[in-house]
Amino acid sequence: MLIDERLEVETPEGAMLSLSLAGPVPRALAYTIDLAIRLVIYAALAGIFAALGKAGMGLLLILAFVLEWFYPTLFEAFRHGQTPGKKAMGIVVVHANGSPLSFNGSLIRNLLRTADAFPLFYLLGFICTLISPRFQRLGDMAANTLVIHVEETPASSEQNRGESLAPDWALNRDDQLALLAFHERHGQFSDARQQELALLAYPELAPAQALQRLNAVTRYLVEGPA
Amino acid sequence: MKQARFEQQYRPEWQALENQLEQLESLHVSKKNKLPLNTFVTDYRKLCHQLALARERGYSVQLQQFLNNLVLRAHRQLYRYNPSLADRIGTFLASGFPRAVRRQWRWHLVSALAFVLSMALVWVLVHQQPEMIYTVVDEASIANLESMYQPDNQADMKSERSGDDDVMMFGHYIQNNIGIAFRTFASGLLLGVGALVVMLFNGSFFGAAAGHLINVGAQEPFFTFVIAHGAPELTAIVLAGGAGLRLGWAIIAPGPWSRLDALRLAARDALPTMYGVFSLLLLAAFIEAFWSPRDLAPTIKYSVGAVCWVLLYLYLFFGGRDGTREG
Repeated sequence: MLIDERLEVETPEGAMLSLSLAGPVPRALAYTIDLAIRLVIYAALAGIFAALGKAGMGLLLILAFVLEWFYPTLFEAFRHGQTPGKKAMGIVVVHANGSPLSFNGSLIRNLLRTADAFPLFYLLGFICTLISPRFQRLGDMAANTLVIHVEETPASSEQNRGESLAPDWALNRDDQLALLAFHERHGQFSDARQQELALLAYPELAPAQALQRLNAVTRYLVEGPA
Repeated sequence: MKQARFEQQYRPEWQALENQLEQLESLHVSKKNKLPLNTFVTDYRKLCHQLALARERGYSVQLQQFLNNLVLRAHRQLYRYNPSLADRIGTFLASGFPRAVRRQWRWHLVSALAFVLSMALVWVLVHQQPEMIYTVVDEASIANLESMYQPDNQADMKSERSGDDDVMMFGHYIQNNIGIAFRTFASGLLLGVGALVVMLFNGSFFGAAAGHLINVGAQEPFFTFVIAHGAPELTAIVLAGGAGLRLGWAIIAPGPWSRLDALRLAARDALPTMYGVFSLLLLAAFIEAFWSPRDLAPTIKYSVGAVCWVLLYLYLFFGGRDGTREG
């Protein structure tokens, strides 16, 4: 889970989707990757078209046009909102309601790139992303699109059987979430840190026992009585 | 129900849905309806329900996130909108584009006036005082213009010009002119200033070129060259300017909407015009590269040019008027 701006979107089924918005830095990096890819394509084909003389020159100009204006649009519209650069950075363009980007949406946001690039190096677009509560540049505002992170989370499946113990106090929702978060993430902490955290729950016990007790309680929450 | 049992019970369903999603995501739109999708919607609704349960019962954040991501993916597949492309292009050219242009006639009129008035002003100035050309256009461009349209140079150029040159110029017109039109549109977003500046600049330049070439006696090569493709090309630039002004005005005076909503509406409204501008400029590039440089009698070129103008404006004024008024 990324710690970043999150946006809640309600689907027609009444489920709340939580989108994690991508800030200027991953977007700038994705843009740089795309720029490099475009330059490589242009250079490679320039070599081939050069052999065709003036007609090749004409084709090369058309290619430059397509790369400049339609490279992002075509990729975003037909590759699930991702240019190769965005894919590499794990970000994707969607409509503000979380639905996939349409051709029109992509075209609007990419045609208006010129305004975002004003006056130099996307300065205006950068300022807009910082001001906008949803990290939108001008093109995104006009097209009503968002750039979000795509997250890959493996479902927790580790089953470490062990002692399991009912908590000795009435859990509220926040307690339960805190305990479950500890259960999932305790592997990332050092033993000392785990014990320190366990002491928050059982200040009266020795550190090692507190941790053992806490593990038993969290296991109970996930798996039920042993 | 404890989380582990919940996961155990529903994991096979999630797995199945995940597999189906993988297939859906990898297939092209047109082949998707061949998949067995009759349970997809029900599965999706169940998944939404399970996500809500997981949240309500306070299952772990990781599980919630897994379900959330799965819902997101299914959502993206379910709410995809796929009409047939050929139909849409046909309807658009037959009626959508001229209607879109007429719906925003005020902006296009402002844009056209900016272009035509600046052109007329500079044209008359240069015509009255020939040396004025040097204050409007730099010397290199003047020399370039003169060499392109001097009657004596014309003969050489035309005999030298081959099919390859035509293709090269075609590419040049596409890259240059369509790029200018798109940029004009986008720069309209900067409170309309950008679009207006482009209109004034291009109008003045065209006026200066025309006035100067008449002064040096090169009017015939010039006008026989520009008259035919001028119709789609100049019109398209003016329309791009108008669409840009529409965007800028949405920010200056959003009316009853918030500025953000006004901008969104304006962009949606202006987009058909930009598709049309793109088509017109493709047409213009084609005419300019393959017809305009042909060495034919001026009467033929003027008549073809006049036909282009008349047809284009008949299309823009009357295309798509089938009696049913649309809002």
